[in-house]
Amino acid sequence: MTIGLFIPCYVDQFYPRAAIATLELLEKYGCSVSFPAAQTCCGQPMANSGYEHLTHSCNEHFTTLFADYDYVVCPSGSCTLHVKDHLHASNEQAALGIRRKLYELTEFLTDVLQVTTIDAYFPYRVGMHQSCHGQRGLHLAQMSELVAPPFSKPLQLLQQVKGIELVSLNRKDECCGFGGTFCVTEEAVSVKMGKDRVADHLQHDVQYITGVDMSCLMHMEGILKRRGSKVQVIHIAEILNAAVLQPATV
Amino acid sequence: MEQSNQQHADLARKFNGNESRVNWHDETLWWIRQKRDKIVWQVPEWEALREAASQIKHHVLGNLADYLEEFERNAQQNGVTVHWAADAAEHNRIVHSLLQQQGVTRMVKSKSMLTEECHLNEYLAEHGVEVIDSDLGERIVQLLKEPPSHIVLPCIHIKKEEIGELFHKYLGTPEGNADPQLLTHAARLHVREVFMSRKVALTGVNFAVAETGEFVVCTNEGNADMGAHLADVHIASMGIEKIIPRREHLGVFLRLLTRSATGQPVTTYSSHFAKPRPGQQMHLVIVDNGRTVQLGREQFRNSLKCIRCAACMNTCPVYRRSGGHSYHTAIAGPIGSILAPNLDMKQYADLPFASTLCGSCSNVCPVKIDIHNQLYQWRQVITQNGHSPAAKTAAMKVMATTLSQPKVYTLAGKAGRWVLRNMPWLVNNRLNPWYKQRNMPEAPKQSFREWYAQNKKQG
Ligand code: SF4
Repeated sequence: MTIGLFIPCYVDQFYPRAAIATLELLEKYGCSVSFPAAQTCCGQPMANSGYEHLTHSCNEHFTTLFADYDYVVCPSGSCTLHVKDHLHASNEQAALGIRRKLYELTEFLTDVLQVTTIDAYFPYRVGMHQSCHGQRGLHLAQMSELVAPPFSKPLQLLQQVKGIELVSLNRKDECCGFGGTFCVTEEAVSVKMGKDRVADHLQHDVQYITGVDMSCLMHMEGILKRRGSKVQVIHIAEILNAAVLQPATV
Repeated sequence: MEQSNQQHADLARKFNGNESRVNWHDETLWWIRQKRDKIVWQVPEWEALREAASQIKHHVLGNLADYLEEFERNAQQNGVTVHWAADAAEHNRIVHSLLQQQGVTRMVKSKSMLTEECHLNEYLAEHGVEVIDSDLGERIVQLLKEPPSHIVLPCIHIKKEEIGELFHKYLGTPEGNADPQLLTHAARLHVREVFMSRKVALTGVNFAVAETGEFVVCTNEGNADMGAHLADVHIASMGIEKIIPRREHLGVFLRLLTRSATGQPVTTYSSHFAKPRPGQQMHLVIVDNGRTVQLGREQFRNSLKCIRCAACMNTCPVYRRSGGHSYHTAIAGPIGSILAPNLDMKQYADLPFASTLCGSCSNVCPVKIDIHNQLYQWRQVITQNGHSPAAKTAAMKVMATTLSQPKVYTLAGKAGRWVLRNMPWLVNNRLNPWYKQRNMPEAPKQSFREWYAQNKKQG
């Protein structure tokens, strides 16, 4: 099984640890993973700003790079959703193929690899942020608005991590307010949403906030650091891979 | 109630000037969202009901002309006079002329978001007609000379202490008394006098039943009934999209409406008006005001399914923290943001961007409008119609070029960190709004691609 690793541009530049953990995790489960080095970005910042019409060449590039893999895996719900919803190219067959074989990391682990045991150790109190695009867009977890049975793919994985203590939040799937360019064009509301989201985690004495989207975590990290908090953000891949980065003491 | 030209972000920033008030506003509306959650979980077929409502409305929108004509025929047979208004101005003229025919200069009105959309009160005031809003919340904002900030809870942004002050000033309640029971009693006496003395009453319409020609008005206060039953002339204003084919469909919509709106099982009063009582006149004004244009926009057509329950506002994390007035339009929140650009794309170009596209609105919507997708689509339409800032367009073009040329991107990305200089939220200077209240992420020594090149074979 060949996997093309799609790493969001800001993860590549700012959170390489999340990308490394993703890669190592997939390899641990026997996947043969490559990172096409010519990749740039999925075009979401443009599209969500109302410039989807400028994303054609970006889409062409993306399609060419990823067309030949069995699967494409990405450690971001938001970027995955964007590509799944909006990737079109002159080779539409290839674009359609990518839209179908692209998975966010946790859903790839639960649905394709059908991972049932996670060999990881992370002895901390952790709050899980349900990023909206992953949750409501990709249905990684049941949404609190619907009258439907609960499930959560990321939590299903986290619950198997040894030593982890998962807290349950007052508002389990409220948006953090990142929202792409929203975070600067609507600075006041974005920050207020972020502060409130962070406060919910802090109220439950978490040591880490995790999630499937580094962008939401980056926003909350910015708020945490500004207030001098010791609480850290960490991508879910890093926790699921924690045994490798941080061997458990038996 | 002057029209504001300010952008949502500016108005939201002002609202956020008082953080404890924002917290209070957010928590009040979240409490309503929780009440809604609690009651919808008591209806096991909730999702099926939503689907049914959505399908009924879909069918209506596909056959709107036929149903409107059927409704008109039946209403006329019942003795109701039907008027058609192409736009807000015509609606206001019709209402005014009906008042003139009666020779009255005073009218009582129950909740009607359509008349807010048409700015009826202002129009009538300019023509020497005094309108008293009989819904308690609407009366409060009317006394404050403000527009409603929420379509179901018009004064949700006002604290009870402020209402106490207001009533002290206008209704003579004791100073410093904010006891809800006392204030409601004062309002009741005040509005009762109005009901008794007005010859013309205007109400909104929640549902218009094509097969019978009757219309249904839902209130919790019974104020629509009080007004209509005591007046010689009952005028009801409705948008063309209020039609449902059959009376039995109320069994779907009435179950959804108030559960979604306030978490109650049903409105206290769901009154059916079919024909004028002897000696009374009943007039229906059926208004288009841009709705047929929206009907013609395929990707936005579904917005006309809206039954104005406001669940999308209560759940919206942005609305809760920016307040209804930040939307500078009669209908605030997520639904307002997809309706308003249809009326004036330039004036409301900011609204579809006042969202994180989190999607919670679409999930609570009882008629399953894909609100967040429509917000995304409006962004595209607004941009392509030239209503976005030139600087933004220029920046986006640079981004588009770079992202399709990996050499340019990776060269810039090495030491220069292209992302850092070009992603709007990461532009590394202290003028960046990101930095005002948030720290920048720290750039690591190595990007992932550098690490990969060093540690792994070529990809
Ligand atoms: S869009 Fe849906 S949720 Fe919002 S007010 Fe209309 S019916 Fe209610």
